[in-house]
This record gives sequence, C-alpha cells and structure tokens, in this order.
Amino acid sequence: MKLYEFQGKLLFEKYGIPVNKGIVVDNPDAALEASKQLGNNVVIKAQVLVGGRGKAGGIKIARSPENARKYAQEVLSMKIKSIPVKKILVSQAVDISNEYYIGLTIDRSLKKIVLIASPAGGVDIEELAVENPEKIYTLPINPLSGIDGKKVSAFLSPIFNKQNLLDQAVQTVVNMFKLFIENDLSLVEINPYVRTISDKLIALDSKIIIDDNGLFKHPDIEALKNPEEYSPDELKAREYGLSFVNMEGTIGCLVNGAGLAMATMDIIKLFGGSPANFLDVGGSSSPEKVIHAFEIITNNRNVKAILINIFGGLTRCDDIAIGILKAREVLAVKIPLVIRLIGTNEEEGRRILKEAGLTAFEDLASAVKEVVK
Amino acid sequence: MSILIDKETKVLVQGITGHDGSFHTASMLKYDTRIVGGVTPGKKGQKIHNVPVFNTVKEAISETGANCTIIFVPARFSTNAIREAADAGLPLIVCITEGIPVIEMVENYIYVKERGANLIGPNCPGIISSGKCKVGIMPGRIHKKGTIGVISRSGTLTYEIVYNLTLQGLGQSTCIGIGGDPIVGTGFVDLLEMFERDNQTEGVVLIGEIGGEEEEEAAEYIQKNMKKPVVSFISGRTAPAGKRMGHAGAIISGGKGTAEAKIKAFKEASVPVVDKPDEIPRLLNSMLEK
Repeated sequence: MKLYEFQGKLLFEKYGIPVNKGIVVDNPDAALEASKQLGNNVVIKAQVLVGGRGKAGGIKIARSPENARKYAQEVLSMKIKSIPVKKILVSQAVDISNEYYIGLTIDRSLKKIVLIASPAGGVDIEELAVENPEKIYTLPINPLSGIDGKKVSAFLSPIFNKQNLLDQAVQTVVNMFKLFIENDLSLVEINPYVRTISDKLIALDSKIIIDDNGLFKHPDIEALKNPEEYSPDELKAREYGLSFVNMEGTIGCLVNGAGLAMATMDIIKLFGGSPANFLDVGGSSSPEKVIHAFEIITNNRNVKAILINIFGGLTRCDDIAIGILKAREVLAVKIPLVIRLIGTNEEEGRRILKEAGLTAFEDLASAVKEVVK
Repeated sequence: MSILIDKETKVLVQGITGHDGSFHTASMLKYDTRIVGGVTPGKKGQKIHNVPVFNTVKEAISETGANCTIIFVPARFSTNAIREAADAGLPLIVCITEGIPVIEMVENYIYVKERGANLIGPNCPGIISSGKCKVGIMPGRIHKKGTIGVISRSGTLTYEIVYNLTLQGLGQSTCIGIGGDPIVGTGFVDLLEMFERDNQTEGVVLIGEIGGEEEEEAAEYIQKNMKKPVVSFISGRTAPAGKRMGHAGAIISGGKGTAEAKIKAFKEASVPVVDKPDEIPRLLNSMLEK
C-alpha cells in the first residue's frame, strides 16, 4: 500500500523526523490561505501515488499567495500519468544548501533490511543506480539485532562530514528504522533529504510503501487506503478476496493459483491471443468466489471469451463447475466459455458441466488454442 | 533417496484442529505420511483423524519423536508457530500460510537459521517425495515415483508440470514448493545442491516467476556446480511492471525481476527454458539420454 507524501510526512512527524511545514488542500482558495499561513513562500506539490511529479509540472514554487492560488488551480486540473490530481500539499519553501538521499527497504537477496544513502539527493535513485552506482552506499541491518547507532554513524560519516549534520542524520535513520519496523513497511525514502542554509537536515519529501501482508496489524493505516492505487475492478476483487490485475486484451482469465494464472496468460499470448486480466481465484474456493470472479471479468467490455483453467488441489473441480453454471445464469453470460478442469473431484466437475451442455478440456494447450480462436 | 522427507519422517501438524489443518491431515494420512501428532494450544487430549493433539510443539516431540512439522496457522500467529518449532529443535519446518508480514519473515529467516532448522515456505504447497511421504497440500495422485526433482515458487503451476511429467513417464524423486513470498526459508540454490547430491535424482525442473533474483542466482549456481540436467519454466512474461501478481513476491519493481532477465540468465548458464509446461518432459528426456 502506497502513502501520499503528506501522509508519509505525518508519520515522519510522529517519529521525530523533521519535515518542512505543509498544509493539504483540495482547492485553489484554500491554497492561497495556506500560503499566507506558511509565510508566503511555498511549493505547490501534487499529491499522487505515481512518481515523476516534477517532470510532469506537478511541483511549482509560489512566492506569493496569488501565485499559490494560480499554481494550485493549474496543478489541481492536471493528470499525472493519467491520474487526476485531487489534493495538493502547500509546503513551506526551504533554502537548500545540499540534497541527500536516505532510505530503508528490504533486500530480497540479502534477506535483510538495507539502509541506502547517497550524497546525490533530489534525483531518481534508480537512474542514479545505473549512472553513478558508486554514489550509492548500502548497509544491511539484521532486524533481530536491531539498529546499531555506532555502525550507522560510521556508515554515514563519508556523506555527512560535519558532526552536527552526522548526529542529525543518525538520529533520523534510527527513527526511520523504528517507523519501518513498527509499521511493517516495505520502503521508506526521503528524497531529497536536505541540508538547509542553517545546517538543519529535514525531509523535503516522503515516499512510504507498506507491506500489504502487514496491513492487518495496522487498521488505522489500512483505513488511509487511497483508492487511486487500484482500478475499481481491482478494488472490488480485493473485497471479494480475489487477486486481480487489469490488462489490455480480450481473453478473460479465471485460474486457481498465481503461478498458473501467470503461465496461462503467457500461453494465451504465445498462441496469438491477449489476456484481459490476471485473476487468481485462490484455493479453498467457493462457488460464490467464481461468481464474483465472473462479475469482475465480464465488467470489462473488451472481454470476448473467458478461459477458466483450474488445477484442483485445495480447489475442488465440482465447486468450480457449480460456480461457473451459477455465474453464467446469474450474470447472463453470453460470451464463449472455454473450461479446463483437472484434479480434485474432476469427474464430478465434468459431469456437472456436461449436464448443462458444457464440456471441459483436460489439456491446457488445447484449451488455450480453443479460446484464442 | 529423495531429499528432505521419506518414509521415516515423523510429522507434526501445527494448527491441526483448524479447517485446513484437519482436512490436510486426512489427506496426508491417506498418502501414508507418518503424522504422529498435532499441536493446537488448549486442545490437548483431542484426536483429529486419530492423531493425538498436544498443547505445545515441545510436548508433542517428547511424546512422539517427531522430526518435522507442517504449519496450518493463520498469518497473524504463524511467526509464533515457526519460532516455537525452531525453538523446540525441529530440523524441518514447512509453513503453508500465506500473508505473513515480510519483516517478520526477514526475522524468522535469521531466527530459524540460528537454530539449525530448514524452513520451507511460507506461502507454499509443501514437499512430496513420491510414494514415500507428503508434507503438504498437493494432490498426491498426480505424482509418480521417479528420478526428477522439482523446485517451484508456485502451487498449482507445479501440479500442472508434475502432471505433465507423470503422464510422460517421468516420475519424481521429491517436489518442493519453496513459496511465493519475497522472503522464503529455503531457496533454489540450497535445494539444487541437495538434488545434485541425491542418488535418486537424475534431473531437475526449476519453476520460477517474476520478482526478486533467485532464478539468476540459481542460474549461476547451476553453471558452476551442477552436472545433472536442469530445465526451467518461468511464468510472468506477460505480467505488467509494478503490479503484484497474486504472490507477494511476484512483482517487477524498479525494472528488476522481469521474466526476460531470468530467462536470459538461464540461457547464459546453458539451462534451457521452455515456452510451455508441456514441453518439459520431452526436453528432459533428451537431456537425460545424453
């Protein structure tokens, strides 16, 4: 789950990480008022969950309340990577002396949390990794041992070469680590982490991603969930307990198991078709889930046929068959259904379908060839 | 030989009294797995499918001599279950649970290693040594005894591939689902090493997917260390970037973890990658004949 910059900054404040002051607004008049409150020298920042705001013109410096209103109007009418801007953060401008990068994330190869820091802040870290990898410093941290202030200090000292700056940076990293662990984050980034002209280090931006698996432990954060992150179909699928991702094609997919679902999409493409979606109906599936899955798939007008591919382990083929028939009836599905059933209770499943005039393939490649037709 | 589990393995089921725990206990018993006990706190004295239930793992081991556990416990309690098993000294822990927070798994990985246990999973279908023992949820009847080792990040995709192998007469020594999460207890490399040393295994099928760099690490390992043939299938060629495709670990992020990169790594290591699961048996057969 992604957080907006302003939500991230609220968390930073909670954890004692200095940020520049800001007020969230959703209309230009409020931006004018906010600008006055913040000393008339502000930055209007689009609040969207996609990157590249600056390049898209979603970040503008306003040195008067009137300009704040004007730029707010412009930014609130924008779309950044097709996402309409609904909120902006009016944030106090800061006189910057240096820009750094600090972040924490989980390194899958090391199987540790990793602290990443760079003296080259304010640029895209992934681009930096390609162009100037030597400017990126990393320190693995074992969460069971916790964070060692001395190690962090030694690690950061080449980047923050004044004691006063180093002390602030270490404290911020220690606080970031606490924030990371206590909230089950996948990523926290401060980019840029700036040194002001009065030698204060503050977070000028915030990027936080929370581990979806950890959300059940943080209902207050889960409540912040921003619908922008997912399409309406994807949101509905989540409510139904289905894994679903929109795609561009015309063949709807209903599969049990994520790996098999991805492979099914791949094979459809291989045979010249194009998948309309990824959908994992999961294990232990009830006929209700199948109906919900059909509902979401058929909501997409592009879908010309549906391929159902079930390899029953936990999932029972008879449950799926019942679900398919119910769905077809309840939703008045007219488009062709190509079904492949194999595994637990497959004989029963095939029988149920046969009685309703539907046959089920045993072999996946044949089923895909059929649906691509 | 097979790896990790065999006819002698004595298995505990943590969460045996739950819906999934109970259902799969019956299924594993049907496969002649030696399930010697179950663990659900507070339910000592109960019997599930004639298997005695204990309050703690330690108690269960002391009464039954168990040397393996399979965990069917909801995500919010799984870390405790894994650590309890590791603390009690079990050498093999299989965790089926999906949804364990990743930070907890980073910690569990270290915790379990420090106690000398092998953790398989989480978010996996488990392990099966055909004809000997099933510690998992896979359908036993699609497996056939043989000499092919299978390692996979997936559940049902594994069954698809195993089914194809069995149909073509290529039985399996051991199949392991390592799990779909970003951090799992045992990866491709550890198991490839075990298969290379296993007398019963003659060839290996490696089933990967988008996300992370485990396949790339496996490719490097195979090139440097393995003589036995390995064939691979990677799912997710059509997956869009930045989206989690079901499995928590199946995500292309920051341009990394694409199917293309994994396929490339395997090809550079001379490990063939098939386009469709049903191509695996013929390819394996031809590699085994050489």
